[in-house]
Amino acid sequence: MAVQWDLYEMYLALLQAPLYHLIIEGLLMVWVAWLLLRKPKIRKPILTEKEQEELITDWQPEPLVPDTTEDHPALDPFVVEGKVGKYVCVNGRDCLNLATHNYLGLVEDKNMEDSAVECVKKYGVGSCGPRGFYGTVDVHLNLETRLAEFMELEEALIYSYGFSTIASAIPAYAKRGDVIFADEGSNFAVQKGLEASRSDVRFFKHNDMKDLERLLEAQSAKELKNGKNGKPVRKFLVVEGVYMNSGDICPLPEIVELKSKYKVRLFVDESISFGTLGRHGKGITEYYGIPADHIDLIMGSLEYAIPSVGGFCVGTSYVVDHQRLSGLGYCFSASLPPMLAAAAITAIDTMENDPDMFLDLNNVCRKLHIALSSLHQLRLGGHRDAPVKHLRLAKSTGCHNHDGQLLRQIANESMKRGLAVIVASYLDQSERFLPQPSLRLVANRLLTENDLDKAIKILEDSCTAVLS
Amino acid sequence: MAITSTCNCKLAPGQNGKSKHAHCSTESHFTDKQTFQEGYEGIGKPRNRNGIESFEEVPMSVALLTYMGWGIVILIGYVKEFLLSFVPSQNPEKNREGYAPLYSSFESFYTRNVYRPIRDCWNRPICSVPGAELVLKDRVTHDNGWTFSFTNTFTKCLNMGSYNYLGFAECEGPCATAAQKTTHSLGLGVCSPRQELGTMAIHKELETLVARFVGAEDAITFGMGFATNALNLPSLVSKGCLVISDENNHASLILGLRLSGATIRVFKHNNMKSLEAKLREAVVQGQPRTYRPWRKILIVAEGVYSMEGSIVNLPEIIALKKKYKAYLYLDEAHSIGALGPRGRGAVDYFGCDPKDVDILMGTFTKSFGSAGGYIAGSKKLINHLRINSHANCYATAMSPPVAQQIISSMRIIMGEDGTDEGQRRLVQLSRNSRYFRQKLRQLGLIVYGNDDSPVVPVLLFMPAKIAATSRELIKRGVASVSVGFPATRITESRSRFCISASHTKEMLDKAIEAMDEVGDLLRLKYSRLPRPIGPVIYGEDKKPQQDQVD
Repeated sequence: MAVQWDLYEMYLALLQAPLYHLIIEGLLMVWVAWLLLRKPKIRKPILTEKEQEELITDWQPEPLVPDTTEDHPALDPFVVEGKVGKYVCVNGRDCLNLATHNYLGLVEDKNMEDSAVECVKKYGVGSCGPRGFYGTVDVHLNLETRLAEFMELEEALIYSYGFSTIASAIPAYAKRGDVIFADEGSNFAVQKGLEASRSDVRFFKHNDMKDLERLLEAQSAKELKNGKNGKPVRKFLVVEGVYMNSGDICPLPEIVELKSKYKVRLFVDESISFGTLGRHGKGITEYYGIPADHIDLIMGSLEYAIPSVGGFCVGTSYVVDHQRLSGLGYCFSASLPPMLAAAAITAIDTMENDPDMFLDLNNVCRKLHIALSSLHQLRLGGHRDAPVKHLRLAKSTGCHNHDGQLLRQIANESMKRGLAVIVASYLDQSERFLPQPSLRLVANRLLTENDLDKAIKILEDSCTAVLS
Repeated sequence: MAITSTCNCKLAPGQNGKSKHAHCSTESHFTDKQTFQEGYEGIGKPRNRNGIESFEEVPMSVALLTYMGWGIVILIGYVKEFLLSFVPSQNPEKNREGYAPLYSSFESFYTRNVYRPIRDCWNRPICSVPGAELVLKDRVTHDNGWTFSFTNTFTKCLNMGSYNYLGFAECEGPCATAAQKTTHSLGLGVCSPRQELGTMAIHKELETLVARFVGAEDAITFGMGFATNALNLPSLVSKGCLVISDENNHASLILGLRLSGATIRVFKHNNMKSLEAKLREAVVQGQPRTYRPWRKILIVAEGVYSMEGSIVNLPEIIALKKKYKAYLYLDEAHSIGALGPRGRGAVDYFGCDPKDVDILMGTFTKSFGSAGGYIAGSKKLINHLRINSHANCYATAMSPPVAQQIISSMRIIMGEDGTDEGQRRLVQLSRNSRYFRQKLRQLGLIVYGNDDSPVVPVLLFMPAKIAATSRELIKRGVASVSVGFPATRITESRSRFCISASHTKEMLDKAIEAMDEVGDLLRLKYSRLPRPIGPVIYGEDKKPQQDQVD
């Protein structure tokens, strides 16, 4: 009631006020509003035509690319002749191959080649279009079905390049304003995916669950502070099954526990672990005996255990199907050449028909691990069950470049002696957390005890030759 | 409706004095058409009118109806969602209670209500080589596009959807045979990036050949075309650099630029005035806030734009880039092999010097019937990329048979196989493109782009016509591609035809006839330009000669 009277009185006062008073008050109000709302004007220097021309003539851009050192190893890479199988001919010399990610030794698989050739006879090589525009060949659909069946999940989707799979899958879901927790030891494709998502990325120490929990706890405390009004924040956790940069296996049971506790969606890059870990090669989930549906999205590669080209994502239809419209590398790229998809299908057949190959591989991994740990001048990194092993200098020189050079010399020596090993290549300037230089060795199912003995012998000799 | 309204076009030749200069060599051959294309000024302003490119404006009434159409689609969607909200909902996810929803609401609204009912128009599975004709694997949906099932029947269609410009999508012939042989001799997988142990002799052979083909000092190749852009741009530009990019550039370029950290400004599609204004402002004003000069400026453009059918105005871009000391990145994904008397892309088409383009990028998916991409340029540039390219360092090397397919087809284009098969295909493609475009124009359809471009977009405008055109064409045995928002502007839904050298005149006539019927049925003949009169004679209209542009 009181308010109403006040308003009424104000109204009456307004009626009685003289006109000039109202006008002055009104103008004052407008002025105040103008003062408050105006934007501070930045005075752009107005240049005359002549001055502009001078500026244009004066401006000297940097060269398109900086000068490169002529002796960089990337300019003179090892050239392989013939197949990159268990043995490989590098720069004209036959070597035992411990360098390429041919875990199951399927590079020389005759069946894969035959199915690829059959496919070329029917479909040609290229698909000449993205999946949306007549680039979906029935072979692609078959491969997707087979992958989903193999992983015992609802749906799979294939990309035409392994790197782009991971780099596209992450930003298909994670957007600006979301939070991603990622491991410091993540590989470069994951890093690019994180960057493309423009999300708030928080890195936890490599495989350190305490550190991860600390970050998760901090985030949930922050959300609690915002209270119920705050929009629910989408949170993602990205890990690798087997880390490319260290050969470590992620502690999935603890990760799944944390993930459920803090309601974070879990993406696992199974590029290496798919087709290598677990009794049937189904990857990290089988290795730990954890149901795959705890993981929101599994990303994998068709370039390692299955030696073709491409990558895939697998999970529930609700999650995976979204990428068919939102995965940039899926939508806007030509589809995988059908022959490569056909070969991948054959590889899955082989993996299903001969599950013992995973036992064999696991044996080799462990034996290689034991053998490598006997080296004195090199320090072994990585999990014993992982097919990727890293060897670093036991006595680092303290200089990143120098370490790299020494390791490269060891690799060159080994190649001369008939063992192909390589130094893992990194872009020093672009890596988020640059790993220490290392020789990256890869286990291959076909390696025999003799092969391993020979490899260790050569490595030891090369080390001695270089380091002493 | 729109067809009956009065025609507002004025014939005013020489409106674009500037662009005339750049295209003088090509234009002289089209004096008869110049008047109706270049001089056109419809309702509003023509968007970009260089020489022989045509982009007829949307008639106002059609634009209004188009917006209305979208409005109705969205409205129906909302009503449906509102009604569905009374149905006790079932969470599509299991064991994810308490998680933040995975998708933002509008995103899934659009997918559910706009895309889903017409989903059958995309991702149609095929089970043949995507050559001149293809075989569709028929599918039906019993739940309005949520799921599909196969009927186990097949439909043979004329293929006007694949980027098979030179017809190298073949399952037999020298290329396919060579690829098969390579599969047996070199295997399929390499399992290693190029910098580690993935460089094979065949990759080196391919790179030398590509460099020779495009006329550059050196070249580097990658296993995926999309990745070539996305993974190399970050090693070329960085913070403090400015990128001036065409508004219609491909997603891969945009992603690569976004990852690079450089500042991005956009110029109007193929509009040289807009580009010059941006360049001038950039050099004169320097960086915002600090006014420091830019470290370097990179212009990013494509050779042929895959949704517009236009060809880059290369001579003028080169002139501008020289004037303002900028660098030029030219994505020839759709133009390499498809343009120019020797099939060497937009550079060849305009008779420019390949050295004037700093970064020549292209893909092998289209004209070469393979997969992958390349970057060519100076030795220094390629060396820099060999060391710093993300793809060269981390991504797996190209599969040998894929590389072999490129080598074989490129040799044929270059005539190094000892036949004139390559030349025959190039001539056939250019004849086909011109014939098909002129015929469609004659029907009164609005066709975008350059007369020499093998990408032929026909404008549909209204959302309901996207699916209708696609379905009606399939009924008539023609497989084309229809696209709408968000792939195009909201008012510019279109149907796209890709011409191939493997199409014969009879095939094109069949497609034209189908388009004529569909155009009448769905009222697509919006064009209000005077239609070219007289018969269009196949093969008569010769390609412009390549005299040097000064």
